[in-house]
Amino acid sequence: MTGELNPGLIIILGALLVPLLPGRVLRGAYMLLLPIAAFAYLLGLPMGEAGQIEFMNLSLVTLRVDKLSFVFGTIFLIATLLGVIYALHVGDWVQHTAGLIYSGSAIGAVFAGDFVTLFIFWEITAISSVFLVWASRNSSAMAAGLRYLVIQVGSGVILLAGVLIHYQQTGSIAFNAMGTETLAGKLILIAFGIKCAFPLLHNWLQDAYPQATVTGTVILSAFTTKLAVYALARGYAGTEILIPIGAVMTAFPIFYAVIENDLRRVLAYSLNNQLGFMVVGIGIGTELALNGTAAHAFCHILYKALLFMAMGAVLYRVGTVKGSELGGLYRSMPWTTVFCIVGAASISAFPLFSGFISKSLIISAAMKEGYYWVWLTLLFASAGVFHHSGIKIPYFAFFAHDSGKRCEEAPMNMLIAMAIAAAFCIGLGVYPDPLYALLPYDVKYDAYSLEHVVTQLQLLMFSALAFTVLMRTGIYPPELKSINLDTDWFYRVPGSHLAQVANQFRSVTWQWVADGTVKLATKVHNALYQHHGPEGWFGRTWPTGTMAFWTTVTLGAVVILSYL
Amino acid sequence: MSADHNHKFETPPHERTWIDDPKNVDKIVYTLYAVCALLILIDPLIHKHGPFAIEHVWGFYALYGFIGCVFLVLAAKLMRVFLMRPEGYYDR
Repeated sequence: MTGELNPGLIIILGALLVPLLPGRVLRGAYMLLLPIAAFAYLLGLPMGEAGQIEFMNLSLVTLRVDKLSFVFGTIFLIATLLGVIYALHVGDWVQHTAGLIYSGSAIGAVFAGDFVTLFIFWEITAISSVFLVWASRNSSAMAAGLRYLVIQVGSGVILLAGVLIHYQQTGSIAFNAMGTETLAGKLILIAFGIKCAFPLLHNWLQDAYPQATVTGTVILSAFTTKLAVYALARGYAGTEILIPIGAVMTAFPIFYAVIENDLRRVLAYSLNNQLGFMVVGIGIGTELALNGTAAHAFCHILYKALLFMAMGAVLYRVGTVKGSELGGLYRSMPWTTVFCIVGAASISAFPLFSGFISKSLIISAAMKEGYYWVWLTLLFASAGVFHHSGIKIPYFAFFAHDSGKRCEEAPMNMLIAMAIAAAFCIGLGVYPDPLYALLPYDVKYDAYSLEHVVTQLQLLMFSALAFTVLMRTGIYPPELKSINLDTDWFYRVPGSHLAQVANQFRSVTWQWVADGTVKLATKVHNALYQHHGPEGWFGRTWPTGTMAFWTTVTLGAVVILSYL
Repeated sequence: MSADHNHKFETPPHERTWIDDPKNVDKIVYTLYAVCALLILIDPLIHKHGPFAIEHVWGFYALYGFIGCVFLVLAAKLMRVFLMRPEGYYDR
């Protein structure tokens, strides 16, 4: 019977066979087949809920296909396929298996119809994805992975707490619109917010993603945060608080992106900024805004993966993605340069590139609903994105001052993955109608009005002008061998000191308790020895006569007492 | 190997391309100036439908983009004073 199996399970179960397959060709072909098979299967699924399982009085809905889950499921499957192609040259089966289980569980979570199923897939994404960080196999990746895992699993625990309270209060575990009035609603929002990298909850992203392997970061960039966006769109559409949260998210990471030296970390900051646009769309909650969020997630996954692929290729060939050490690579990697520029133009929302046709839905929705300050913030963030992702990434990696580094062009499989992603970026930008048709609501929107194209070009060209002027006057901050403090400082420095102090306190307390116990035991032992030991009063050997004497006295007392 | 060495690197003449000539970079920059001038000149011809009055100010998007980016860069530069640390900071 069809329609019972969550498409995510096809990938997860399929991934388990990957380590057993001999030879890179066979394994590669099999891995390519998995997302294609899952997509073919998804296309055949009827809309609606299925896969109901009764489990301990809970009714689980393991499969829910509707327009919202379909559009996220589709882009997740495309991202899985791109991730597989990009990683075909990698021999390490751990990365392949972890990557597939991770993407499969994200897809599983998207099609989950209840909170328990969601929770299970939610935690599998956390546990499987950390292996993509650890696969870098160095001490800083190990530590970053551990921090990442604690935060990700923590998000799952908060989700579970929220779900349990929700179940106790309503008797339902259905994953639908939640609202923030109840404690359960608040907890679940926090759990989603952690995964979505809300401001101050964000730093796991910039901490861990740049530490993952070349191919791992590409896969990581697609799923975790967009799963959270999907979950927010499902549970918290129209929740007003998300509008300021999202607006802050669009603005503050770009300041960091400007001064960050590790170009993959620059991309992680700009990922955070792009999520902000989606969160604003969810907060506004109109049909136009929610369509914008879904469309932007779709386009964003492709161009963000493309940018991470380009930087990954640089890391793979040159051994570093630090802006201070790069420059002039267009000579060695012309194709990667071109693909990177396509990704940069897309994230900057240039007309004819994908970001333009998706981000504008959200900005238009903010305008239409009269959110003046939010609109201004989004415009500022759009200009800033062009500045740090659109110009900075390609400029410092491939142009700028020639670093003298020469290398080979990226491997063929990487180029193919980048070419497909770039084709999507341009294709969606030029002809957005197929994507618009996939969106959850039926909304007519024309991205290519003259007004819209010209105002967007004004914004972008004058951002470019600002960059040029600042560069030529020497005001633009140079790329420096450095790191910048972010919220992770709180748990990596004072937090770590606090843990050390706590550990000292624990060891001192333990010493005190242990010493006390030993003292007490010695005291008890000595007292017992004193009375019951060989020299003690109870331990003495008494003469038989004494016993006979006392027996007689007792018996006498009994006789006398019985006569009284 | 060091960053200093990188800054000193001179591209050998046979590897130089069109874009390595400062004159050609100037050409790109002047083209950008021209495009910007054109975009701001045609602004009054564009009919804007938005609800906010500021949008209808001549050249609003252009000016906002420019000032926004300059502010972004200067503020970020200032942030370096407080937030920048050497690379091995957390490994100490």
